[in-house]
Amino acid sequence: MDFTTLITILDSAVRLMTPLLLACLAGLYSERAGVFDIGLEGKMLMAAFAAASVAFLTGSAWLGLVAGIAGSLALSLIHGLAAITFRGNQLISGVAINFLAAGLTMLLGQRIFQLGGRTPSLSGPARFGEITLPLADTLREVPVIGPIYAGLISGHSLLVYLAFALVPLTWWLLFRTRFGLRLRAVGENPASVDTAGISVTRIRYAAVLICGVLCGLAGAYLSTSIAAGFVQDMTAGRGYIALAALIFAKWRPWPALFATFLFGLLEAVANRYPDLDLGVITVSSIFMQAMPYILTVIILAGFVGRAIPPRAGGEPYVKER
Amino acid sequence: MERMPKWADLILTPLISLLLAFGLSALVILAIGESPAEALKVMVTGSLGSSYGWGYTLYYTTNFIFTGLAVAIAYHAGLFNIGGEGQAAMGGLGVTLVILALPWPHWTLALPAAMAGAALFGALWALIPAWLQARRGSHIVITTIMFNFIAAAILNYLLVNVMRPVGSMDPASASFPAATHLPRLSDLALAFGITWGKNTPANITFLIALAACFAVWLLIWRSRIGYEIRAFGRSEPAALYAGISPSRIIVATMLISGALAGLMAINNVMGGGERLILNAPEGAGFIGIAVALMGRNHPLGVILAALLFGFLYQGGGQLALWTSIPRELIVVIQALVILLTGALDNMVRMPLERAFAALSRNRG
Repeated sequence: MDFTTLITILDSAVRLMTPLLLACLAGLYSERAGVFDIGLEGKMLMAAFAAASVAFLTGSAWLGLVAGIAGSLALSLIHGLAAITFRGNQLISGVAINFLAAGLTMLLGQRIFQLGGRTPSLSGPARFGEITLPLADTLREVPVIGPIYAGLISGHSLLVYLAFALVPLTWWLLFRTRFGLRLRAVGENPASVDTAGISVTRIRYAAVLICGVLCGLAGAYLSTSIAAGFVQDMTAGRGYIALAALIFAKWRPWPALFATFLFGLLEAVANRYPDLDLGVITVSSIFMQAMPYILTVIILAGFVGRAIPPRAGGEPYVKER
Repeated sequence: MERMPKWADLILTPLISLLLAFGLSALVILAIGESPAEALKVMVTGSLGSSYGWGYTLYYTTNFIFTGLAVAIAYHAGLFNIGGEGQAAMGGLGVTLVILALPWPHWTLALPAAMAGAALFGALWALIPAWLQARRGSHIVITTIMFNFIAAAILNYLLVNVMRPVGSMDPASASFPAATHLPRLSDLALAFGITWGKNTPANITFLIALAACFAVWLLIWRSRIGYEIRAFGRSEPAALYAGISPSRIIVATMLISGALAGLMAINNVMGGGERLILNAPEGAGFIGIAVALMGRNHPLGVILAALLFGFLYQGGGQLALWTSIPRELIVVIQALVILLTGALDNMVRMPLERAFAALSRNRG
């Protein structure tokens, strides 16, 4: 494999990891606050549909992004209502949200565009274009650094850079601010936060809504940046891979970056080499696509370090009387 | 606060939740510019209006009984088995391997062996998540989700690369020999001189599903292990003090649950498809969640809920055929049923409890 191919694969990995990273960080906020969220998939799907539809109808990717976030937030509110206000089962609510998004996107898509569930192709300002970083073309000819800068770092959509910037931001917010401390405390021991006179409900809702915004970004990226429009079930299990990455990263922001990069890289390699020939054995792309799930099970089994979820995760908080 | 009577919690709460779900679904139909009454009419005539419709409805019902029971029994132990889809897919692999391995002379011989294969493969697919939960404390919901994807990948690989007959382009196994075809319910009816449900896939697995419901009832409420499962589901520490081993209960429950989900393959692979295709369970594993929730994890409730979803499934297909409403409408209905009966049940229960409390105060 030569250097140019390597850059192409890494570039593709960066594109593919972005929705995973955004969704993974989304899950991080929610689960750190003690609200399990297996509805990441559904929220992304809803956002992808809303973003593509509005971007097509208005011709603006930005309005599409706003609609995507709104669509995702609506589902987040349902999850918050079920998980926080009515103290229902968070896992069941997540399952329901995934189905709701799968059904509604098809139903509305067919109704609005009549293209069998897809939206018309987006072009021009209805998509987030690629940003060429300053000096990319000048530096292209410089050996090693040039291709890395021009081919790998430059030339992504705004949402990719935003996703990467969100990693340090999330770290800072969770581990260096008062809000972050409270958010993590609510996920570990909500009673202590309540005793300190802080509303558990309010912090959990805040976390769930942040999760909705980030899933909105992830979905909008899928349909208005990496692809040019929405197709049925376009998230294709990415919400679950993000969930897997979250466990892989043990609910921490920086490891989330590496976990999603690893999973993005697996997908990129599988796309490029459908049947990877390793000399002794040929690895089918099907195996590569299943790798994130297999790795997560191994991590969950505790053979490679132990993944311990937030202690109050999945438990509705009932105030003592 | 006064507790409301048990019958109200068992019947009134799910019924009101269900009505709410249907009400919201009607609003969705209105929102896409169609008439809910017309949609309901098409669904009822298409699924219950003819013996043909009933044949399909009962075929789907059979699938959902198995997956519903699988979720229900796990729920009694406080476990949420979301992996019915993968377990049913692996069950299909078990059925196919058993049937294609030997030249079965008659279906009566092939059926028990295929059932064993289906149950074994489904159970084994649930065993690893169960073991991981019991011994390593990894959350069973996450592992069973992962195992759904791994199962899909394995079947995809096997069907494309290994089990596909030479010269066939279809990612599917060879067709099962005619001797192993299960009798259809229409054949049974014909034996009694009744023409019923011609050309429908409903087969004798429906009767096996009903028997499975009875067996699960016996197991949960009339057996020692069933008592232990329920005790463990109610309170893990209490079960522990009573000398019940948590890991044994987790593994046993999930084995039974996986076996039940796997047994669904008798219906859809051996009875209906008569060969193994990609994505054979078609989401029935997930519908099992809705069925168990609605049926309050009781076999009788599971039968009724499975029938309801069988009706929705067949009716939804008819909708797509006769109206401009896509069949995904049933996915929305399914989502609303899961949401309202499973996650937002307190939204219905809290006001009901208050109403009953007020009622008893007035009386007393």
